[in-house]
Amino acid sequence: MSRQSRRQFFKAAGLAGAGLVTSVGHASASQAHLPDNNQFGMLYDATKCVGCKACMAACKRVNARPGGLAFEQARFDEDGLWDAPEDLDGNTRTLIKLYKDTKGWSYIKYSCMHCQNPSCVSVCPVRAMTKDPKTGIVDYSKDTCIGCRYCQVACPFNIPKFQWDRTVPQIVKCDLCRDTNLKAKGIPACAETCPAGAILFGRRKDLLAEARTRLTQYPQRYVPHIYGEHEMGGTNHLYLAGLPFDRLGLPTLKSEAPASFSERIQHTIYKGFIAPVALYVSLCCIAVRNQKKGEAQHTPAAAAQPKES
Amino acid sequence: MGHHEFQKQEGRILTPSFFVLLSLSLLGMFLILVRCFKGIGAVSNMSDGYPWGIWIAYDVATGTAIACGGYAVAILVYIRNRMHYHPLIRSCILTSMFGYGLAGFSVMVDLGRPWNAYNFFVPSKWQANSAMFEVALCVMAYSTVLIIEFLPAILYSLETSRWHRLQMVMDHLHPFFSPGRDAVLGKIDYVRSVAAWLRPRLEKVLIFIIVLGITLPTMHQSSLGSMLLIAATKLHPLWHSPFLPLFFLINCIYIGYSIAILESVISSYAFRRPYETRQLSGLAGIIPWLATLWLVVIVVDLARRGQLGAVGRFDIYSCFFLLEFALLAFGSLILCSKRNRLSPRWLFVSAALIVLGGALYRFNVYLIGFNPGKGWIYFPSLAEVMISVGIIAIELLGYQVLVKMVPVLPRVHLHLASQRLQAITHLGPRRPVVPSPTLP
Amino acid sequence: MMGLPLSMHGRVAAAAQSSERPAVIWLHFQECTGCSESLLRSSHPSVSSLILDLISLDYHETLMAGAGARAEQSLRESMAANRGKYLLVIEGAIPKAQNGIFCKVGGKTALELIREVAPGAAAILCIGTCSSFGGIQSVGVNPTGAVGVRDLVTDKPIVNIPGCPPNPYNFLSTVLYYLTFKRLPELDALGRPKFAYGRKLHEHCERRPHFDAGRFAQAYGDVGHAQGHCLYKLGCKGPATYANCSVQRFNDAGVWPVSIGHPCIGCTEPDILFKLPIAEKVQIHDPTPFDSYAPANLKEKGKGPDPLTTGVVGLAAGAVIGAGIMLAKKLPDSTPAQTGESHHYEPAE
Repeated sequence: MSRQSRRQFFKAAGLAGAGLVTSVGHASASQAHLPDNNQFGMLYDATKCVGCKACMAACKRVNARPGGLAFEQARFDEDGLWDAPEDLDGNTRTLIKLYKDTKGWSYIKYSCMHCQNPSCVSVCPVRAMTKDPKTGIVDYSKDTCIGCRYCQVACPFNIPKFQWDRTVPQIVKCDLCRDTNLKAKGIPACAETCPAGAILFGRRKDLLAEARTRLTQYPQRYVPHIYGEHEMGGTNHLYLAGLPFDRLGLPTLKSEAPASFSERIQHTIYKGFIAPVALYVSLCCIAVRNQKKGEAQHTPAAAAQPKES
Repeated sequence: MGHHEFQKQEGRILTPSFFVLLSLSLLGMFLILVRCFKGIGAVSNMSDGYPWGIWIAYDVATGTAIACGGYAVAILVYIRNRMHYHPLIRSCILTSMFGYGLAGFSVMVDLGRPWNAYNFFVPSKWQANSAMFEVALCVMAYSTVLIIEFLPAILYSLETSRWHRLQMVMDHLHPFFSPGRDAVLGKIDYVRSVAAWLRPRLEKVLIFIIVLGITLPTMHQSSLGSMLLIAATKLHPLWHSPFLPLFFLINCIYIGYSIAILESVISSYAFRRPYETRQLSGLAGIIPWLATLWLVVIVVDLARRGQLGAVGRFDIYSCFFLLEFALLAFGSLILCSKRNRLSPRWLFVSAALIVLGGALYRFNVYLIGFNPGKGWIYFPSLAEVMISVGIIAIELLGYQVLVKMVPVLPRVHLHLASQRLQAITHLGPRRPVVPSPTLP
Repeated sequence: MMGLPLSMHGRVAAAAQSSERPAVIWLHFQECTGCSESLLRSSHPSVSSLILDLISLDYHETLMAGAGARAEQSLRESMAANRGKYLLVIEGAIPKAQNGIFCKVGGKTALELIREVAPGAAAILCIGTCSSFGGIQSVGVNPTGAVGVRDLVTDKPIVNIPGCPPNPYNFLSTVLYYLTFKRLPELDALGRPKFAYGRKLHEHCERRPHFDAGRFAQAYGDVGHAQGHCLYKLGCKGPATYANCSVQRFNDAGVWPVSIGHPCIGCTEPDILFKLPIAEKVQIHDPTPFDSYAPANLKEKGKGPDPLTTGVVGLAAGAVIGAGIMLAKKLPDSTPAQTGESHHYEPAE
């Protein structure tokens, strides 16, 4: 009896599993997101950047207000400039790095890519990372954040940084000066300050048009690709450069956003909570029936034995 | 409710292993205090490239799988109606309760801003796209379910215990601190009556709680796999697959059975009880099927994604993959023979290999196969390791103490002269105790 | 100062004190005499010690004692006596239009003069941007056809010491260099001595940290300007101008235009001075990145294994595995056949 029922069990499990497997492949739960080109973004042209780091300085100056996405500063270091960070960190929201080899060099600016379909927003369990549908800004709220750092795991660009050395830590990343310069002057601090015109701020459609113009006008100056146009389903922070992007530290990415991939699978399994409830109900039926079967078997014998000892 | 199936383990609580585990636990607690005051970076080597270290990879991901003994055995007992496994259920539930409770505790230690965790209960903050959201709510619910599942045992204890230890403590207390004897006895009676009232009512609806305790782990164990779906660019293709949830689910079931076996064999050895080989061989018989299913699906999935070549590369990823594969394969192979399934030694060895292989799989997915980019490295710091060790020590300590206070372990046939049992428990070398064949 | 190592000072001093004083003929053409005025404001050496001790200034329309026909006679005598050896210093541009009638000295056009005097010179020092590149009179339509010396004389070594006016010490150092080594210093592509014109002002300006930090004066007299911030946004041509004004400074008072709040106008550059508006921002070409930038290729980041932890973990793992093996050995290989056991555990009675 046990052998046969075990077979039956595996058959049933196999069917259920196969059903699940095929639906994972063909699920149409979430459609591909088309990029919204009315959102705001930035175009960084590495060939125009002179490495002056005025953007870094302006970013720190503008965003280090008390109570804001702030970070500690030495009293004598009002600009927070004397730290020479080597990478984005819990105090640094944008960074100019240098790539140099025997054949050439290029500066590259790192900051949040403000993706069209951000992984960090998709994985944050408490909506501390949110994407504003109108402006496209991916914002962070420390009042909601639980510090689980899932956003750090999810971001393919390794942008969100955590304040490991703090007792009261938070995640730090660029928010396009949403509550500071953007609110006051309508432009992020880095774009406002850049003396070389390497950082353009505007609507994604205008930035793309400008980038395409530059690529057609100066083909020998640029690598013929706008980084961020299609990567991850599109990002709002676009790049033009004279050297291959992977050398500059920008990873080669597919145009499907990882968030769509993982959400599609999650939704297939949990859509409408149907599968878990169905599972619970069917298991209840089986278990109650088993219990009744067990009691029926026991009742004749049970009458002869005391239950407790 | 078959309370007669379980018995309290007799013995002193304050054994040498108690003190060893207690010191490890205290050390872990102290380091957690340091973490609270000086920040996570002060006690751990986690970094922006590796924001999840062994606290997540072991304490949460692997620890909950190890705590899936209760889940796996409950499926057998209540869904497959194999009531002869029932005696194992309580110790599995106890291990599960500790495992999940401490996984939750580890999460609290690991979180950077735990005071905002109340947001999990604020509907406007719910973000159902996140696998972690599902895991968090599900694990919290499951921990509650486990406590409720274990409650009958505690209530039974409260009802029937003669409160020896409490009376011993009261006798030793200075008269200034010791409350009046009558008042205490009155309170004890009150507690007993409450327990007696509550227990039958609870047991009537317990089946629905138990089934919930089977549904919930199905959900969150698979979601623990889903958590890494998003890291398509960082998790090595040997492990990153759309079937991660399925892999984690099967993985937790065979780890669950293996842990049930390990737990039972070690308890029998440590507490000098007979080995429950009959039940264990049944459990052990299921494992090769599960392991085969798992290994086949893994290979087919690798082939489908064109990653079979990566297996033979013998770089660090390939080596760890092959190691996990080998541990699982060898462990299950041992269990293919019926003779081995009846042998405590080979049950122990194969269960250990499978737990190691299964745990290594989870480590591979969360940590070893995770490459955030050029240059990032991670290895846990000593403090980080000691915090995890401390948390494991608390679990072992709690298990050790509770089995001596509450009927958890399966009852040994008392018909075999209880004198013989007593003789062996208190004197003489360790020898397996064999129940005498006299029962109808 | 001349880009020479300190150990050379003895040699330079000896040359300065030698009694051999080379002849110098100084011609003025289309100029404002600002270069000579600038020279007059030097103090080490002063003009007097220059002309009395170091050189023999045989012809200089502003400084010489003689005038009129006597002066012209001095010129001809010096040219004859020092043929092939005199240093010809030219201040001012030479107009070419309409046979050069727009500038005449002593009845001769500048063109004629230069064609007469240049062949006998050992080298030509063009002091000021006018003689180096044409200067103010050569911009726009250039009605007089003004050109620098380099456009007229091609068979003589020419040193351009541009500036409007140039730092006198650039001129004096070149002269002293010539006296010491009997040859001209290393020149750049525009014929300027590298020791003075080898670096862009932007690379050695005292306000560079403000540029790097993004602190700019946006308008004359604003807060940034008052604080002494970078003048790039006011049109400073420093990033495109090769000169040493920021280092050498002027009038022995330690000042130069930027230090007092006026952007550099690029007066040593043929393409900038008077050709680009003062307020126009200049493109910064070919910035040279230094290695202390954060590298795009991450070096090792994060914390890896340390010996103590690895040791402890290794020992613990070893102990656990060892205990496991020992336990496995101690466990019975089989339990005697448990016949008669029922499916359920029954109570004892």
